Amino acid sequence: MKVCDVAEKFSLKPLSVADSSREITGVYIGDLLSWVMGRAESGDAWITIMSNINIVAVASLADVACIILAEGVVPDENVCITALQKGINIYTSDKTAYELAAALAQCLL
Amino acid sequence: MSEAVRFHFTVDGDDFTSAGQASVQVKKNLRTLGIAPEIIRKVSIAMYEGEINMVIHAGGGEADVLIFEDRIEIHLCDNGPGIANIDLAMQEGFSTAPDNIRSLGFGAGMGLPNMKRYSDSITIDSALGKGTKILMTVNLS
Ligand SMILES: Nc1ncnc2c1ncn2[C@@H]1O[C@H](COP(=O)(O)OP(=O)(O)OP(=O)(O)O)[C@@H](O)[C@H]1O
Ligand SMILES: [Mg+2]
Repeated sequence: MKVCDVAEKFSLKPLSVADSSREITGVYIGDLLSWVMGRAESGDAWITIMSNINIVAVASLADVACIILAEGVVPDENVCITALQKGINIYTSDKTAYELAAALAQCLL
Repeated sequence: MSEAVRFHFTVDGDDFTSAGQASVQVKKNLRTLGIAPEIIRKVSIAMYEGEINMVIHAGGGEADVLIFEDRIEIHLCDNGPGIANIDLAMQEGFSTAPDNIRSLGFGAGMGLPNMKRYSDSITIDSALGKGTKILMTVNLS
């Protein structure tokens, strides 16, 4: 399912919409950056509560389809600006990581 | 054999907001060169972890990426404090990162293990007070 369709279906709030036609092929949940770097797969939706600027480079290099910030987390504005420049999709949601993953599972499994 | 394509970067040691920039640039360059996506991902991840380590643990350093016909080499060089026990540092979960760095999501002790996992070979030359030199190779065939 495409990032834009998932965002609409689950009312994710867009923070950086850079390439929303990207296909989501899996999910990875984690806040420790080198775990995400090593274990997330290309095309995953990355669910996290980590919101500092370093998530943009990690998302880019791990090649995830999008970042979904859980628990209503909102990053600094410069994070969203950089993400847009680097082609990274970021959304936020009031749902917990578990609720988001369960919702995504409906579309992916 | 033809001359290698080379990219050189100076990695800033005290700018966390731009940490990872060299790796992001390398990813872009490799894409332009038409390198396969799986290879780009391996190089990107291995280099990012090394780049971040130079920022966090060594106050910055130099990075060189050389592209040969059969392999990509990532050379990292810093004049930081060096690694006291390389075997220990290579273990998953070992980290000396301070709390302020951990609060940014670093310090899981997974960087060096990722570098080993995503490169086809890695050599680490480091000693206390002497800095750290790392060579990672990703095969192209
Ligand atoms: N370039 C370096 N100079 C000095 N010490 C280093 C260097 N790279 C790694 N180390 C030492 O090796 C340890 C393990 O490195 P590793 O990258 O695996 O974990 P980390 O950087 O602490 O955390 P993470 O990479 O998961 O964010 C570091 O905590 C640090 O003590
Ligand atoms: Mg590290």
